[in-house]
Amino acid sequence: MIRRIWTLFKARNMEFFRDRAAYGWNLLFPFMIIIGFSVMFNEDQQTMYKVGVIIDSNTVKTHDSENILVSVLEDIQYRNFRKTKYIEFIEFNVFNHALDKLKHHRIDLLINPRSKHYWISQTSPKGYIVEKLLKAGVENRKFLYNQKKISGREIPYSEWLFPGILGMNIMFSALYGVGYTVVRYRKNGVLKRFSVTPLKPYEFLAAQIISRIYLLFITTLIVFLGCTLIFGFKCHGSYLSLLVVFFLGGFSMVSVGLVVAARNSSEEFANGVLNLISWPMMFLSEVWFSLEGAKPWVKTFSAFLPLTHLVDGARRIMNDGATLFEIKYQLLMLA
Amino acid sequence: MNTVLEVKNLTKFYPEVKAINGVSFSIEKGICFGLLGPNGAGKTTTIEVIEGIVPPTSGEILYRGKSRGARFREEVGIQFQNTELPAFLSVKETLETFRSLYGRKSDMDELIEICYLQEILNHDNRKISGGQKQRLLLAMALANDPELIFLDEPTTGLDPQSRRHLWDIVRNIKAREKTVVLTTHYMEEAQILCDIIAIMDYGKIIAAGPPEKLLEEQCSGTAVILHEHIDEKTLNSIQGNWVRMKDGVEIYPENLNDCIKTLMNLGINLSKMTVRPQNLEDLFLKLTGKRLRA
Repeated sequence: MIRRIWTLFKARNMEFFRDRAAYGWNLLFPFMIIIGFSVMFNEDQQTMYKVGVIIDSNTVKTHDSENILVSVLEDIQYRNFRKTKYIEFIEFNVFNHALDKLKHHRIDLLINPRSKHYWISQTSPKGYIVEKLLKAGVENRKFLYNQKKISGREIPYSEWLFPGILGMNIMFSALYGVGYTVVRYRKNGVLKRFSVTPLKPYEFLAAQIISRIYLLFITTLIVFLGCTLIFGFKCHGSYLSLLVVFFLGGFSMVSVGLVVAARNSSEEFANGVLNLISWPMMFLSEVWFSLEGAKPWVKTFSAFLPLTHLVDGARRIMNDGATLFEIKYQLLMLA
Repeated sequence: MNTVLEVKNLTKFYPEVKAINGVSFSIEKGICFGLLGPNGAGKTTTIEVIEGIVPPTSGEILYRGKSRGARFREEVGIQFQNTELPAFLSVKETLETFRSLYGRKSDMDELIEICYLQEILNHDNRKISGGQKQRLLLAMALANDPELIFLDEPTTGLDPQSRRHLWDIVRNIKAREKTVVLTTHYMEEAQILCDIIAIMDYGKIIAAGPPEKLLEEQCSGTAVILHEHIDEKTLNSIQGNWVRMKDGVEIYPENLNDCIKTLMNLGINLSKMTVRPQNLEDLFLKLTGKRLRA
């Protein structure tokens, strides 16, 4: 059994490494994304900004906070700020929770209209812009708010984005590398050829899973080291913990790929199904942007996506130095 | 007991087609058994059911007197009609991969020599010709030094030289006392390679036995080929059967001398006439009323 799995493992790896176009793309894609988004991030002025608003539960008894606050405070500066287009205002009852969101770039600015304080991340260009917009609301009046700095480590956006890109790369590689390949094997008769040898179906599947996870490890390691050297990213948690998250995430994605490949012999259909799975995951797993302020059903849907937990787990280890115990929920979901 | 494979009353029904309809035969050790028939006759389905790829509707298949089990997979070699090779591997790597899947293995050097793979060993699978691909597929089927080898239309689409290469390989396999089950729609191939043939049509075996014996019993006469247009009345005046061809007519006379005399008396131009002994294709035509390659 081991001999047969090892044989297929070797053959599949050779196929992968010799398919230079696919292999190159697997490595090049994450670099391109990070560089591309850095450029877009600096130049794109159409981005929606998110501002957290601290609601004082002692004075505010309704969800319609905007009118109440404005009427209570009679704050023309805040009112002008609230009228600014392309800004979404998200209410928070707990200050520490809101501050945590700010640290993780899930909101761009945090404001407490009652105490007249606001907080921004010093490394966030979006935060800088929103601050300018807030100050613009002063017009000729005296600027009433005093800036407070965030205590603790701030996370640059690219560093926040990096685990998401790695997770997304793992997702595409696992889904297409296994799902699409098995469908191709079935269509062109390679699978049928293997089926008449002593090779058992579970041995074939094991070889595919092990091979893909090994290849994911190699490509992720290269991308990780490359980005660390080029962009200076750091992992603040344990590398072993990160390996566990990537292993479970990769295993989870490979399993999804195998389910897609089951009994399907049309490459076009498989491609459609894989797109159907990967695109929502790409956009709703917080790879690119936070889902703070999104509708509850979107958040619920996101919680069912393996990429959400892979990215969240990796982010917490890489950005915050979380331990495996601290991300037990994400690990459980991936398992 | 030298019976390697025994098939009893095998059926495979699909919703609208009876692909195999009560097929029975047995194959002795060391022979080449040919399943002959046109496209859609049920040859491939029959061997795919025997190979275990397609489940039968009913019937029994015995390998060395017992139901097929793990031993069957270990001891048979299979070459499919259409199989792609693993991409990005060389011929040698592909062969080694398949050898490693089996407990018993052919000698690698011997395999390379038998299948004439010496010159293409390091070639990428994607860059070999059709004939070379068929030889590699055959080598893959022999990777486990099998006792029983299934070859499903191994020479379809090959040029005459590549076809003869394949025939040499099959002869070589037979010389090693291996048992071969071959499907083909080339009667020449069946006549050259097969010790026993079974002619299939519409999922049934309509004749079986050694090719020479079948011809002797049912088709021992001659065929007269004329590249002339001859009207039906004239043809009916000849004792025997006839069939129109694309550019003339083929006559199967009961008596060749009488046939030629009649044609001469009728003033038919015989300058382009061909006379040949009847073959398996004629036998098939006689049994089914249609050409083998139809």
